[in-house]
Amino acid sequence: MAELLQLIVSGLAAGSIYALAAVGFTLLWQASQTINFAQGEFVMLPAFFVLIGMTVLGLPLWPSVLFALILSLLILGVMFKKLVVEPMMPHGTLPLVIATIALGILMKESVKEFYGATAQPFPAIFPQSVYNLAGVSISVQDICNLIVSMLAIGGLQLFLSRTRTGRSMQATAQNPNVAEILGVNVKRMVLYTFLINAALATIASVLISPIYLAKFSNGETLGLVAFIAAIVGGFNQIRGALVGGLLIGVIDNLSAVYISAQYRMAMPLILLIAIILVRPQGLLGTSEGRTV
Amino acid sequence: MLKKLLGTAAVVLTLSAMPALAEMKVGSIVELSGAGAAAGTNFRDGVKMGFDEINEQGGILGEQVQILEYDTQTDPQVSRAMVQKAIDEGVYIITGTVFSSSTVVNMLVAKQNGIPQLTGSEAPSITNMNNPYIFRTAFGSQMGIPKMTKYMADEMDVKKVAVLWANTEFGKGGYSAFKDEIGNYDIEIVADVPTEQAQTDFSADVLRLKNSGADAAFIYLTEEESARFLREAQKQGLDLPLIGETTLIGHKVIELAGDAANGAMGHVGLTPDANIPEMTEMVERFKARFKYTPDHNAIKGYTAAWFVKYATELVGSPDSEAIAEKMRGLTLTAADHPGILMDVSWDETGEMHRESFFVEVENGKQVVKAILPAN
Repeated sequence: MAELLQLIVSGLAAGSIYALAAVGFTLLWQASQTINFAQGEFVMLPAFFVLIGMTVLGLPLWPSVLFALILSLLILGVMFKKLVVEPMMPHGTLPLVIATIALGILMKESVKEFYGATAQPFPAIFPQSVYNLAGVSISVQDICNLIVSMLAIGGLQLFLSRTRTGRSMQATAQNPNVAEILGVNVKRMVLYTFLINAALATIASVLISPIYLAKFSNGETLGLVAFIAAIVGGFNQIRGALVGGLLIGVIDNLSAVYISAQYRMAMPLILLIAIILVRPQGLLGTSEGRTV
Repeated sequence: MLKKLLGTAAVVLTLSAMPALAEMKVGSIVELSGAGAAAGTNFRDGVKMGFDEINEQGGILGEQVQILEYDTQTDPQVSRAMVQKAIDEGVYIITGTVFSSSTVVNMLVAKQNGIPQLTGSEAPSITNMNNPYIFRTAFGSQMGIPKMTKYMADEMDVKKVAVLWANTEFGKGGYSAFKDEIGNYDIEIVADVPTEQAQTDFSADVLRLKNSGADAAFIYLTEEESARFLREAQKQGLDLPLIGETTLIGHKVIELAGDAANGAMGHVGLTPDANIPEMTEMVERFKARFKYTPDHNAIKGYTAAWFVKYATELVGSPDSEAIAEKMRGLTLTAADHPGILMDVSWDETGEMHRESFFVEVENGKQVVKAILPAN
């Protein structure tokens, strides 16, 4: 029993970070029909901004995180929208998908070129202490990761449902033409969505890099897992992405212990196929209508 | 007419007066990207430093050595293509690759072309394939693991062991060598946990070790995975002695894992922290030049350059076939051959024999606990 609980706790901690990236997929799809296949690299990059802040600029950890957040908002938010999404959007979804794949490769290779191909140590954000509760080792880092991810996603939900700007974003996602007639600044709302995605990617990056280490290729795994999580949960629902991320984190851990360590990578894909066959809109997704 | 003749003569004289282009071409084929980049970069930098020093001291047989570098991307098929490319570009000897999964594939190309290859790989299968052109720069895991297993049984009194290993050519080699060896010491495997290359999440694996009831865990992963594992082990408060090979306690692992590496122990064929003055000096020169602490792969690469020099000079020409023949059964002593750092021998299979070390990581440094004799 203790083993099962331990696996679930670790799985939830990892899954909550996948959920942050998965929510990014959902947001961009809702706001601009962008399937961002560079999402994994969006999570990989901010860790290197933090390292640049610390090693090149000599900043302490938290100011470096702030520096990374600002750079991410500019590069992964504003520049991504202006330089990639807006020029490609009139040509349809497929060219945009290809453009994001190309962007992912460019980001990965650029980090490899400028920062090196080897993994870099990344400082722990939270204390490394461990508590033992009923035979389960609860790591402070895991719990903090879980709490921060949940707060970020919960805060986002509240922002979208309780604030005027959030409701305007939802209106934009549902029907941009009607939203514009009603006086919503659609372009600004879409920009906010990209900025929120960049911020979520930065949080995910800072949380996961002490475990994964900072490496140019980290986005490959993260992007795939987040994409699967978004589809499993429901590509058009934030809470769906959350559930998908948590589910994949837990299933990955359980399958490694109770099924086969060799086939653990296959389990999320098997889950994906099963969900698509049984419930194509995802666990919490809706078959039509788009809401952020 | 006279003008033309004079012009031609001037051109001929100018060309003949130019220094000869380097004929000693050496292929440095390593993992500069992908999962093996940590190991490959160290090996490449060691090779570079070794040949630069050799060139400063007059080169090999009076010729300057030209290094041709290739990145395998840690992909066996790419590594195969790179070995062929290097041979097509005229190298007479190859250093690399480090990842065994690549070496078992690309060594066949070198063999077909009769080119000696000094590999940094440690999988036992590499020297069991009747390839007269392959030579190690550190001994295979089947040589180190018996020494380490003996230490575990005799000095640490281990009876039950959990095994965490990479499900790759490298990992399978170490795993099967360990499995064979523990039969001699009445050690039982109580948890057998394979992992994937470039695995990032080790929480389930650590839990399996934790609940195994083992006296110690044998860890056989590559560097970056070892670091992730050690961080996760620290996170879950795993208190088993963690024992492995160079890839568990190497300097890159210590740098990546930080405090989590403390307490890990194991067998290393080479360590910058060995109390060998030549090695200490080499490490200092390396640090000054490349701005990072070299690991055992850098030392392998560095000594590989010097092995190339001495083997070529013993033959008297860059004759690939003759060099391979000369190296089989060759012994070089550190006293007579500066640069090789420790006495070394190769047997007929290209396997290496020399002293090695059992170390423990303390305060982020390898501390030598015992010097283990050559076997």
